[in-house]
Amino acid sequence: MDAGPVRTYLGVPLYRPKVAFFEFSSCEGCQLQLLNNESSLLDFLALVDVVNFREAMKEKADDYEIAFVEGSITRSDEVKRLKDIRSKAKILVALGSCACFGGVNQLKNRFSLDWVKKEVYGNSPVETEPVRPLEDVVKVDLKIFGCPVKKEEVERIVTNIAIGKAVVHPKYPICTECKAHENICLFDLGEPCLGPITRGGCDSWCPNNRFGCWGCRGPAEDANMEQMEKIMKQYSFSEDTILDRLECFGGFSAFADALRKSGEKNKGTSA
Amino acid sequence: MKVDCNINIHHLARVEGHGNIRIKIHDGELQEAKWEVVETPRFFEAILVGKKWDNAPWICGRICGICSIGHTLASIRAVENAFGIIPTSQTQKLRLLLKHMETLQSHILHLYFLSAPDFLNAGSVFPLIKSHPGIVIKAAGIKKLANDMCDCIGGRRMHPTRPVVGGFTMLPDKKELIKFRERLQDVINGLLFTAELFRTFNIPDFVRETEFVSLKGDGNYPFIGGGLISTDGVAKKEQEYKQMTNEYIVSQSTSKWSRLSRRSFAVGALARINNNFEFLHPAAREVSLSFGLKPLTHNPFMNNIAQLVECVHVVNESLGLIEELLDSEWTEPRQEVVPKKGTGVGAVEVPRGILYHCYEFDEAGHIVKCDCVIPTSQNHANIQHDLEELAVRYASEGMKDRNIELLAEMLVRSYDPCISCSVH
Repeated sequence: MDAGPVRTYLGVPLYRPKVAFFEFSSCEGCQLQLLNNESSLLDFLALVDVVNFREAMKEKADDYEIAFVEGSITRSDEVKRLKDIRSKAKILVALGSCACFGGVNQLKNRFSLDWVKKEVYGNSPVETEPVRPLEDVVKVDLKIFGCPVKKEEVERIVTNIAIGKAVVHPKYPICTECKAHENICLFDLGEPCLGPITRGGCDSWCPNNRFGCWGCRGPAEDANMEQMEKIMKQYSFSEDTILDRLECFGGFSAFADALRKSGEKNKGTSA
Repeated sequence: MKVDCNINIHHLARVEGHGNIRIKIHDGELQEAKWEVVETPRFFEAILVGKKWDNAPWICGRICGICSIGHTLASIRAVENAFGIIPTSQTQKLRLLLKHMETLQSHILHLYFLSAPDFLNAGSVFPLIKSHPGIVIKAAGIKKLANDMCDCIGGRRMHPTRPVVGGFTMLPDKKELIKFRERLQDVINGLLFTAELFRTFNIPDFVRETEFVSLKGDGNYPFIGGGLISTDGVAKKEQEYKQMTNEYIVSQSTSKWSRLSRRSFAVGALARINNNFEFLHPAAREVSLSFGLKPLTHNPFMNNIAQLVECVHVVNESLGLIEELLDSEWTEPRQEVVPKKGTGVGAVEVPRGILYHCYEFDEAGHIVKCDCVIPTSQNHANIQHDLEELAVRYASEGMKDRNIELLAEMLVRSYDPCISCSVH
């Protein structure tokens, strides 16, 4: 697709990679975030050559270099499609929490497949598998975290790929960004928040809106889970509340699983 | 009649989610005309079970990336109805304003990015950046304003952070609202431009009678809560929604289907206008009439025009809402929430039609049962029957396969389907 003039960097014409967008089990919101960035959409389109983006365009081609893949894997035909994309793409990027960790979809894995099928479709047949992030099926080269992804972050990462710069994610937690905004700490407002352990990079998007973090970006490096649990208890948040947050997007699954098991959490609903 | 026709579209483009169109005519006989939904189910109704009430809007908003605000508001309303919480007038106004801006951004996305390329002979909006830069800039400008306002009121344009059960976590800055009032005035001109553009489009003249379901207006063009109505004369209360949706399972679709008085019905902008034309803002009514759109219009392609008319309506009504908000002092943004055992329903008109969320809670406010009925799932059966009739009609006129294919695609797109949402 031809859109606009060739960009240059320090006078050198930029390489314009061919990119494709694909989606599996998801709300397709992460792709939409790109169309949602009206003020820089045209610049973005000048930077890359979009050859496959079904949600927005009819034309499609298979000669892409970077595949942005949204969604989690929940059915056998998705496995086949994803492997096919992997075989064609030089770089496969997991776009958003569903692709990186399973996202809210992986909450299904708390139950038996028979029970979830029956709860929604009764006795009618329906095909589904336990929810998996992309990296459980194919090699993932790069992850872009968030539910939804932050468009500025996607653009920064794509720009880095285009100019051949290494993509680095922040190692620090969201708390660091929140402090820089001088927000009132949500704990002091009586709101639970996973800001102390969740990977930064979203510029404390939720806490800036006085809404506690639910950990959609997964753990920060060196996140101290045990200390987090202690703080939450110190502010008298129930184990329920802590678990709801930790298990919501799948980024903290190992810790959430342990917490769930230790706290006889099942409430008799899992079959 | 054409002797043979074979159309097979795998994963239709420029719609949200995954659907296939198959049309087969052999020896002058229609063998098959099928709208298949192959999207993977995510089982939201099951994953919510056992979760505390505050999880519902946060998780259910993620049913859809385009109408996450509508899902969040329907979910909040269902929880509040279950707990007996009545939102303050300030909260109601802010929610409606937020809802209006989602409607505007979603309709503009559909009209310009998904629908218009068909009428302008393009595969996507991207080539239009070069061939019709004025149109693209205009569309991006309107969409940006709507999204910026969603950021301002809802905290975020997608999967909003501020709307919660009981109200909002934070209120917008009034200075921002004043700025938006000015920008909204500009949007009115942008919409008049859009109307002139769509007037040049050749909207297919295809009519198939059906039933239209929406919220029932009560002095206002309805968006959040209230009675349910159909053009065949059915009227039900919000909590009786299941008698309106009658969901059932079909083999060609992972989304459930619905029916009411006939074998299918339609929801969406056209259904709302067919039921509530009298409550449209006068400026919107004028645009509507200028396109010959008035009750009852049975041409599904006119849903595009109905969306345009609603854009005019929501922009004008938003100007009034901002005025009212600016004229009053801010009160507490958020009420206290006390959970209780019971069931609550929230019906909200989202861009693609009427959406229902229903939750049953135990004493502690944990979800025991969850049900969400999505606008597009209510439309699937109607799309199917339209498709059958469209295939037969145009094939009998001897139309070429590729033209029938385009019209079939345009038919599905005119419903602006949100397929992954419909399967959820």
